[in-house]
Amino acid sequence: MMLLEVVAATKHFGRLAAVRDVSLAVPQGELRAVIGPNGAGKTTFFNLISGLFPPTAGRVVFDGRDVTGMPAHARVKLGMARTFQITEIFPELSVRENVRVGAEVAAGFRLRPWISRAEGAELQRRIEETLSLAGLANKADRLVGELAHGDQRAAEIAMALALRPRLLLLDEPTAGMGDQETYEITQLIRGLHRDGKLTIVLIEHDMRVVFHLADRITVLDQGKLLAEGTPQEIAVNDAVQAAYLGKAA
Amino acid sequence: MTGGEGARKLIALGAIWAALLLAPYWMPPLGGYTALGTRVLVLGLAAMSVNFLLGFTGVLSFGHAAYFGLGAYGAGLALKFLAPSTPLSLICGMLVGGIAGAILGALIVRRRGVYFAMVTIAFGQVFYYIAFQWSSVTGGDDGLRGFSRRPLDFGAFSVDILSNAESFYYFVLFCFALAAAAMGFVLRSPFGRTMIAIRENERRARFLGIPVERHIWIAFTLSCFFIGFAGALYALLNNFADPKGLHYSQSGDFVIMAVMGGMRSFWGPLLGAAVFVILQDYLSSITVNWMSFIGLLFVFVVLFFPRGLLGAIRRKVQA
Repeated sequence: MMLLEVVAATKHFGRLAAVRDVSLAVPQGELRAVIGPNGAGKTTFFNLISGLFPPTAGRVVFDGRDVTGMPAHARVKLGMARTFQITEIFPELSVRENVRVGAEVAAGFRLRPWISRAEGAELQRRIEETLSLAGLANKADRLVGELAHGDQRAAEIAMALALRPRLLLLDEPTAGMGDQETYEITQLIRGLHRDGKLTIVLIEHDMRVVFHLADRITVLDQGKLLAEGTPQEIAVNDAVQAAYLGKAA
Repeated sequence: MTGGEGARKLIALGAIWAALLLAPYWMPPLGGYTALGTRVLVLGLAAMSVNFLLGFTGVLSFGHAAYFGLGAYGAGLALKFLAPSTPLSLICGMLVGGIAGAILGALIVRRRGVYFAMVTIAFGQVFYYIAFQWSSVTGGDDGLRGFSRRPLDFGAFSVDILSNAESFYYFVLFCFALAAAAMGFVLRSPFGRTMIAIRENERRARFLGIPVERHIWIAFTLSCFFIGFAGALYALLNNFADPKGLHYSQSGDFVIMAVMGGMRSFWGPLLGAAVFVILQDYLSSITVNWMSFIGLLFVFVVLFFPRGLLGAIRRKVQA
């Protein structure tokens, strides 16, 4: 059963075609990496999936449901959560409060004037669980804006996890990180994926991370689908080699 | 939150309410008078309503005087034509301001930033000109007269809030406390946290599953109910409703009070209103150019205390 299907998606910005006729099908439980040289349209593709803007043509199907024209917040309700290439957090709130907003929305409390004691306790339990999952339990009371870059990235993932998503979209989770931080985030993502319940699609530049984590890899180049396959297949794919080396040469 | 911070908050809260409760006793020796305190409360509540949006949802309305003024006219017209009842007039004023806000808010919330501010001004001015032109109902340029607040009738006894300034002050303080409690209640709720989430990062809020426009609309509507209530109290305070109360310059005054006092804090706008009203009272007896002095102070505060007067005080206490 495919959890996410993108059918022939195209996105134009004026005369620029950022994404051209790209299709993708991700089954439940897979970890898919989307790679490609700069300007390949990876983030645009993510924005189409998550609903930041609709595609010019094509369809997005989530869990058998056409969500092409659905606003972003409604897709979240269906079980889609994402992070951004440039960290999007609530800088002046503590880590715990950042996570709490997501947890309350996921629990359906966003319009509630109050929550009962039992609901509050359950919510609290879930928040603490998410915090320790993301390795932030000992930093929960710090303001997110004051954390180190790597911890901010982890906090953003924690916020997405608080939504209890079925599909997690990660846009360059290791962007701007040193080796140690990259290792920690990679371990975190691996842990999330381990039991196979959470389907993850991630954009990543660091090939060590990609080949370490991905079940399958999708390669975009200049807005078009260049290749798709297992890490072993992609590693020996001539077109992919050419696209990357062509850039380097 | 640490225990020390919690205790400090409790002390500050106690000090604020003590100062408000005892105002008719400490203001006159300092050269003030009770009606001035009443004015601070009413305009403070209005500034807090503006700040409910500005400080806690992160959207700037430059047209909130419209809903303030509608509240005032609503209360005045209710007293004049409906029934001579003070509570009824307050409810009418609040409903008129709030319902107008709910309707227009639906058209406004799709805009952001400066466009949001411009559209709020435009709608505000529409009401100003209606009040100005429709003389047969609103009294036009002269304002709405011919009504006055009524004694509070509790059956067994009644309280004269018309001629007794102290009684009226405490009545307004009671209303203010109700509104402030309601506002605080909303801000502490899950919904209140979504408002702050929108202020902090709209995109993140949207991708956490919050329908941002709908939540801004609810916040806008609530804030219009609050400021409509403040406007109704203002009409009772003056026994008069003035088209100037709807004008965008009045909206600007509310924004100045909120920003000067400290828009990130719940009580900041009340402090801003106190400074504004007291300076206005004092300076306007000396010079007609009193506004330029308030303007100077405003610029000074914005430049040197970006978190407002209350923010600066708070920092001093914490240091």
